[in-house]
Amino acid sequence: MTEQTTQAPVPVDLTDRRVRKALGRRDWFAHRPLWRQPLTVAALVVVAGWLAVAALANVLAPYDPLQQDDATYAPPSAAHWFGTDELGRDILSRLLFGARLSIPLALVIVVLALAVGGVLGLVAGYLGRFVDEALMRLTDLVFAFPQIILAMAVSAAFGPSTRNAVLALVIVSWPVYARVIRSSVLTVRGEDYLHAARLLGVGPVTALRRDVVPNSVGPAVVLATLELGNAVLMLAALSFLGLGPRPPAPEWGAMIALGSHDLSKWWVSVFPGLAILTVVLACNVLGDALRDRIDPRFAKGR
Amino acid sequence: MSASVAAAGEAPAAARRRPRVPHLVRFLAKRLAVTVGLLWGVTVVTFALVHVVPGDSATANLSEQALNDPALVAAYRARWGLDQPVYVQYLRYLWNLLHGDLGTSQQTGKPVLSDLAHYVPATMELAVPSMVLALLIGTAVGMLAAVRHGRATDQVVRVGSLLGLSTPPFWLSLVVLYQFFYLLGVSPSGGRLSTDFSPPPTVTGMYTVDSALAGQWAEWWDAVQHLVLPVLVLTCLTVATLIRFVRSAMLEVLSTDYIKAAHAKGLPGFTVLRRHLLRAGLVPVITVSGLAFAALLSGTVLVENIFGWPGIGQYAYRSATALDLPSILGVSLFVALVYTVVNLIVDLVYGLIDPRIRLS
Repeated sequence: MTEQTTQAPVPVDLTDRRVRKALGRRDWFAHRPLWRQPLTVAALVVVAGWLAVAALANVLAPYDPLQQDDATYAPPSAAHWFGTDELGRDILSRLLFGARLSIPLALVIVVLALAVGGVLGLVAGYLGRFVDEALMRLTDLVFAFPQIILAMAVSAAFGPSTRNAVLALVIVSWPVYARVIRSSVLTVRGEDYLHAARLLGVGPVTALRRDVVPNSVGPAVVLATLELGNAVLMLAALSFLGLGPRPPAPEWGAMIALGSHDLSKWWVSVFPGLAILTVVLACNVLGDALRDRIDPRFAKGR
Repeated sequence: MSASVAAAGEAPAAARRRPRVPHLVRFLAKRLAVTVGLLWGVTVVTFALVHVVPGDSATANLSEQALNDPALVAAYRARWGLDQPVYVQYLRYLWNLLHGDLGTSQQTGKPVLSDLAHYVPATMELAVPSMVLALLIGTAVGMLAAVRHGRATDQVVRVGSLLGLSTPPFWLSLVVLYQFFYLLGVSPSGGRLSTDFSPPPTVTGMYTVDSALAGQWAEWWDAVQHLVLPVLVLTCLTVATLIRFVRSAMLEVLSTDYIKAAHAKGLPGFTVLRRHLLRAGLVPVITVSGLAFAALLSGTVLVENIFGWPGIGQYAYRSATALDLPSILGVSLFVALVYTVVNLIVDLVYGLIDPRIRLS
């Protein structure tokens, strides 16, 4: 952000090991090859692992996730690696099938919120004036509600179900995308090439599609990756409060809620919590890595 | 979190100097108008939300048996004015609101205002210490990470803050409860006071303050013990966000020429940190802390649920599930008000800390 470009060029011997070490230290987080970023690689592996689990849950799970058994609250053992819950259902199997709920639903939430927020952000940024003003006040309004309280009210109002939880989370999360996309549109709006295009007779829709949208892709992708983890967290929070997918669906947040009845049965809530933690952490690490790479604010001079 | 990214990016650029007092008055008037507009928007959205849906509070609050009796349902509707057209209900609500009447909660049967007066201090008792702790720890650790940029310390802090961001708050609450209440037995299981104590005489509604004012030190100690775990969880969540912002804000400052100049003229490292880095780096941190406080209030919904803490989070949860419109509106208005007031304070402090930005 600071003007570093005006500095007189100092001859730097890039073959000097000390120089390369110093430069390497400056760019610790950015522009390193993937294999030099162990954290990012680990996050990729975790995400790939969870995607595989979601796809192969029926093959991997040792039991039916809904099948009840006499062995209620069995602690972790060879038969039930993660133990069983109050109805004797195998927690490992429920956890694996839970990936089929949380991950696709989080993706749906992010895609829908990105679509709504993206279009509104583009329109607001490109048209400007009162359209911009009105849309930004609307985002202010949504921000003034605490996310979870608004989501809670929406899903309670429409009745607790998977669809309504997703709807609620889209309603609370689109303004973030609208803000980010709008500001990236604003950065290109005054550019000469847009004026040139307009003088050449390019219509607003084409200009948006050809010149404005490509400039917003980077920030949007970064935000979507970071928000993916957030969507998993919020969805789990809603179902923890009993406002998500209906029981007996093996949703991670709802599984944690089951464990809160009896603290001594730690395995009931610890494992689903770890599942959420690993997915969200991986998304956040990936989002960070992407941002370091794409967002010039974070990549330049760091 | 990402909301704050967007907001931080829109921080006002350095402003031209103008006569300060009229500017301040104009600024405050404008903010007041925005706040009123925002609060009005909150009432519209909440009203629309509750009326657009199929169910109403009659179906949510009356028993199965009562629902089969049309006369009872009609009486309930008439009691709460639900038989009137929506616009009549809305105008009546606005009229009462302008007279300082937030209506009566359908589930507690008490005025919403007195419900809020009862629950808000409980939440503040959690939120304020968490915010203060998070600001102190977040600034210190974030600065450390920025100064040690790219070294092992930085990496550890980075992973730690990512962990904090990725942990479900309700799960973390359960984990600490299991550890400190069930396994170690050093902490109470939840609530604000043990059953052998009665609440201290109400002054502020915050038990720790009230018991200290009344000189009831046994109660005070008990209340503090009940605070520790929920405050710990809320601090962890908030500090994770703050650290990341402090770190990137401080990195921005560290790359400026005046820091280099301060080092070059031979100032001791610590003096540079305190006098030059901390002061300049605090500006974006303060902006973010307004949003972080709002996020913290959201977090209390889940944390209060687990610790059985009778605060506005619990109240909001019960109102939302019961479709209790006056209470939902009351909570939403309160939180929106906090949000705007905190942001106003942030903007004012902003100008005080950074003389380059005088209320642009």
